[in-house]
Amino acid sequence: MRELPASQISDAVKYLFLKANFHAGEDIMKALKNARNREISPTGKTVLSMIIENNEIASQEEIALCQDTGLAVVFAEIGQEVHITGGDFREAVNEGVRAAYSEGFLRKSAVDDPLFDRKNTKTNTPAIIYTDIVPGDGIAFTVTPKGFGSENMSALAMLTAADGPEGVVQFVVDTVIKAGPNPCPPSVIGVGIGGTADLAMVMAKKATTRTIDEQNRDSRYAALEREILEKINNSGIGPAGLGGTVTALAVNIEHFPTHIAGMPVAVNICCHAARHAQGVL
Amino acid sequence: MSNAKRITTPISSDTVKQLKAGDSVLITGQIFTGRDAAHKRLNELISAGKELPVKLEGQVIYYVGPAPARPGYVCGPAGPTTSYRMDPYTPQLIELGLKGMIGKGLRSQTVIDSMMKHGAVYFAAVGGAAALIARSVKKSEVIAYEDLGPEAIHQYYVEDFPAIVVIDADGRNLYTSESSKYRRP
Repeated sequence: MRELPASQISDAVKYLFLKANFHAGEDIMKALKNARNREISPTGKTVLSMIIENNEIASQEEIALCQDTGLAVVFAEIGQEVHITGGDFREAVNEGVRAAYSEGFLRKSAVDDPLFDRKNTKTNTPAIIYTDIVPGDGIAFTVTPKGFGSENMSALAMLTAADGPEGVVQFVVDTVIKAGPNPCPPSVIGVGIGGTADLAMVMAKKATTRTIDEQNRDSRYAALEREILEKINNSGIGPAGLGGTVTALAVNIEHFPTHIAGMPVAVNICCHAARHAQGVL
Repeated sequence: MSNAKRITTPISSDTVKQLKAGDSVLITGQIFTGRDAAHKRLNELISAGKELPVKLEGQVIYYVGPAPARPGYVCGPAGPTTSYRMDPYTPQLIELGLKGMIGKGLRSQTVIDSMMKHGAVYFAAVGGAAALIARSVKKSEVIAYEDLGPEAIHQYYVEDFPAIVVIDADGRNLYTSESSKYRRP
């Protein structure tokens, strides 16, 4: 059993949220520059140049690259040999979020009650926390500050086996086309296939945090990722929705076994910033 | 943005008529910020027949909830938020003389009809270019609803704020026309 002070969890979470909000990933910057090279729309090229310049300014000055610094989403894989001391896990994560959003001059976007009060909690907590218990004596974090311009464009379809791969392609492409300029394209499209309705959505969110040129390990799903990406980029939506040939930077599919009667498909869209950061304690 | 038209606020009906979907613009002058919660409050005042904390005649509203400013900065990162959430509240503001909106994303037909009827224009700023756009904000002051935090109404003085006319007062919509140009079968 390894003892891990809760304060180290707070520190790690704080560090990762600051990193994700200030510094666009190297993979994202490379993808944006490639996109600018191949975009044929002059406006699309201008938009991509502005995004690249924006991300460089944010990184150099350590300011948020987007004003919507998101709800704080945390995926934690907790080794079963870890014993957390001096506090509880959830509070430690929230403390890290509070510190990052306060000290990093990040926007606090969380409201306490979704329907009636909608009062800003002023700390950007509570975080949305997903935990998994895994073998080992460490904790692996993936954090993603999730803006709601793109989150609001999420969709779920309870497809059937008869719908097949064509049904999946159609649903994902339709969802992205319907979203149009709203989620700040060129976007990263997360897709969850299988499991239950809820698991499909969590997989879709997790899929947006994958490194951008990483494909699904199953070649059939990898081919599906490429097919959907091509169809999305043929839609003409383009950077910022102002027309062009680059509407998405990547389509990432995660899949899981499901019930004989169903095939849940969830889509979670991430804007061009695709902010996420990973770290291990 | 090299061939951009320079415009200054407040904007007149004549300026609105001259702005066409597809025009790149650089906006200079005072603009107001406002998003979901502020729009809700403005509409509650309008419904109650009460005076608004801002005069809307000829004005431009920027849909933004800025991040806090670091010491030494006028304004924190301040890119546009998605506009459709303001649609239910927008025609009432246009009727009171609002001439311009800056945001990103699609608008409802009801909003477009109101823009055509009363003469107003919808600009898009580049979503996610918050750190870059904030550089054009030279002054920032909260003028109403301070309790709303990032959703408070700020008065900005902007210089050469970069935007594109996406829907003009004739109802031409760049989102529709440009995407069909680049669509492939």
